[in-house]
Amino acid sequence: MSNSNLPNYLEYKGKYKGIFAWIFSTDHKKIGLLYLYSIMSFFIVGAILGLLMKLELIAPGKTIMEAKSYNAVFTMHGITMIFLIVVPGIPAIFGNFFLPILIGAKDVFYPKLNLLSWWLYIIGAAIALSSQFMNGASPDTGWTFYAPYSFRTQSNVLPALIGAFVLGFSSILTGLNFIVTMHRMRAPGMGWFKMPLFPWTLYGTAWIQLLATPVIGITLLMVVAERVLNIGFFDPALGGDPVLYQHLFWIYSHPAVYIMILPAMGVISEVIPTFAKKEIFGYNAIVISTLLIAFVGYFVWGHHMFTAGMSETSLFAFSFLTFLVAIPSAIKIFNWLATLYKGSIVLKTPMYWAVSFLFVFMIGGLSGLVLGAMAINVHLHDTAFVVSHFHFIVFGGVGFAFFAGIHYWFPKIYGKMYDAWWADTGWIVFFFGFLLLYTPMFYLGIAGMPRRYYDYVPEFHFANILSSFGAFIMIAGLVIIIINLFRSAKNGEKAEVSPWGGQTLEWTISSPPILENFEEIPEIK
Amino acid sequence: MENSEEHKIVSFKTYLIILVSLICFTLLSVFVTKIDLGNISIIVALSIAAIKSLLVFSVFMHLYYDKKMYSIMVAGVILLMTLVLIITFLDYGF
Amino acid sequence: MEQDTHDHYDHEGSKLGMWLFIFTELLFFGGLFIVYGVSRYKNGIAFSMSAEELDVTIGTVNTIILLISSATIAMSISSIQMKKAKLTIALLSVTLILGIIFLINKYFEWGAKIDHGLYPGSDVLQQFGNGETLFFGLYYFMTGLHALHIIIGMIFIAVMIVKVRNGKIHADRFVQLENAGLYWHLVDIIWIFLFPLFYLIA
Ligand SMILES: [Cu+2]
Repeated sequence: MSNSNLPNYLEYKGKYKGIFAWIFSTDHKKIGLLYLYSIMSFFIVGAILGLLMKLELIAPGKTIMEAKSYNAVFTMHGITMIFLIVVPGIPAIFGNFFLPILIGAKDVFYPKLNLLSWWLYIIGAAIALSSQFMNGASPDTGWTFYAPYSFRTQSNVLPALIGAFVLGFSSILTGLNFIVTMHRMRAPGMGWFKMPLFPWTLYGTAWIQLLATPVIGITLLMVVAERVLNIGFFDPALGGDPVLYQHLFWIYSHPAVYIMILPAMGVISEVIPTFAKKEIFGYNAIVISTLLIAFVGYFVWGHHMFTAGMSETSLFAFSFLTFLVAIPSAIKIFNWLATLYKGSIVLKTPMYWAVSFLFVFMIGGLSGLVLGAMAINVHLHDTAFVVSHFHFIVFGGVGFAFFAGIHYWFPKIYGKMYDAWWADTGWIVFFFGFLLLYTPMFYLGIAGMPRRYYDYVPEFHFANILSSFGAFIMIAGLVIIIINLFRSAKNGEKAEVSPWGGQTLEWTISSPPILENFEEIPEIK
Repeated sequence: MENSEEHKIVSFKTYLIILVSLICFTLLSVFVTKIDLGNISIIVALSIAAIKSLLVFSVFMHLYYDKKMYSIMVAGVILLMTLVLIITFLDYGF
Repeated sequence: MEQDTHDHYDHEGSKLGMWLFIFTELLFFGGLFIVYGVSRYKNGIAFSMSAEELDVTIGTVNTIILLISSATIAMSISSIQMKKAKLTIALLSVTLILGIIFLINKYFEWGAKIDHGLYPGSDVLQQFGNGETLFFGLYYFMTGLHALHIIIGMIFIAVMIVKVRNGKIHADRFVQLENAGLYWHLVDIIWIFLFPLFYLIA
């Protein structure tokens, strides 16, 4: 098969010119790239904020900033990384670009709504970030906006809340769009159980986006009402219940972890079979475990509140359910390992990322089980251990899967190959930096270093130095990766239709794809 | 995509019957809560509300005539909401 | 926007999209119902006392108004299928007017409460206990949000009237009207629960 003669989506001349050909385009591929560029820009902001925190923690006492600025920095780091990057993340970028292609469709069901989602994303991001530039202090509540502090603090919490609310809308509309697309636009012959695994994980994710996001939306609105209208839903002074705020917040924010991680698992489920030259082991098991994770994931939110003073019954129920939800995730790990077993493994950049994903994801998941056990949780709650755990899951999981995905699909997106040597170098530097950054934090947490403090006792100095050095190495890796991809998109060698020998539909069409992906809608046998 | 599905036309009579029964249920719930039944009255009022919403879902919103898929989805969403409510209440009522 | 091929008509698909949006709305109010449930559980007596301040008659009348409007919009969908555009417009207009009457009632109801000094942060409420404050906070927030949905629904219906008149919506292409109906019924269902929770627990 060879590349098509029709103009590809990057060359296609539409109604608008220049930048408007992008920001008003309803082509799902261009929207996917819009998300890619905007999310990467915010990611650089979030990463710099993270680096500033690590710089502060390189020595006890004040190093570069005061406690107050540190509070503002970790709040903004959290809000940016969670709401602007990992929640939209993989679905908005790769989902938009590849979902229609993978199911044999020309576009998503609502192309205009899709563009609206991106605009809402940008507007929400602008509102959230405007809190930095207004009069008064930057928000200092942490990304969790816990009551009652979130309506007592004098800092600019309001724009952050409203921004997160608008971002929620964007997320809901993307999910809605994807569900209808998968229900109505699969190519003829593609039954539900012939659909590739990445779309399946997007399907599970989309339902969570649809059914969990509104809960945080209304919760944030209630906090806004507390601040503006003096209604005391969560204010103990007015008869409200601050723990109820935590319930509502985590009813969204735990499932949100699955919004982040399920599509990551989907990417890995595409990459591993391609580079093991084998069909995925246990397709049905992966599909069913995806849906189970999405469903059971709704009922475990209380494990974030073990020390908040819940009833005994809740403690027991949430701990039990948390252990339960680990089972379907473990099933997936076994499936990936079984796919690798006796495969003819080709080690290329995407595969390095995928295999290291398995490694960091397992560490993240197992440390999650440690935290899910009530007695240990009391000791580790709000320590650096928790921070390390969720960075292994969220950053390790989503980040590594994202880099696996970008190195896997890059030739298709841009029609160019990247420099493999620099890509591999970027990976090893990043991977090493990542482990050096977060592993010491497990130790620090067990030793008792609390999270969200700009200072610590001298005993923790050495581990913190290691961790901060890790951060610098990791950022160096990140810079290598980004520069390499950026240069390759401009000057790389031309990519073939199927550089890795993948079996899914995107590897049957031209690189880069033509405007509506397929010259003729494929029939699936 | 071809659109070959037939759309059933629901008669005005059906809608009017449902409307009258909805109004009757409303008046019934007002009447029941006027008599002092203690805590039971709120349960009765909410059960009547549930019946009313069932009527709206199935007839006004055509779930009864539509593909089964929609009913399954609605049932799933309601189940999810109920479970979340119950699990939240594990922290308060038990 | 770049090409016309997107202009395909898929009745089932559009309806599915609307249902999914309704699910989102249900969960949106679901969060509020959780807050209501917990607050009431902890302040049972104060909630019953406060509910006596609300006028059951206005509540009942508004409930019946919304129920009738739900029936009329449902009937408008049958009539567009029977190719009776004029009847459709008439039924939709009735729905719209009923929506306006609902809002007018609401306006006077809220106005009377506020005249009595019953609003969040008021001095009168401060003299009552925390339970009463919570009750009225929830009352204003939930009915206010519901009223906002009524307004959105009315805009939706007004657009439908225009589209039926222009012939954009007809017997073979009426999914938008059906979706407007679904949305309006959702608003109705939420009210069906708000009514007993605020008016009937005295
Ligand atoms: Cu969690």
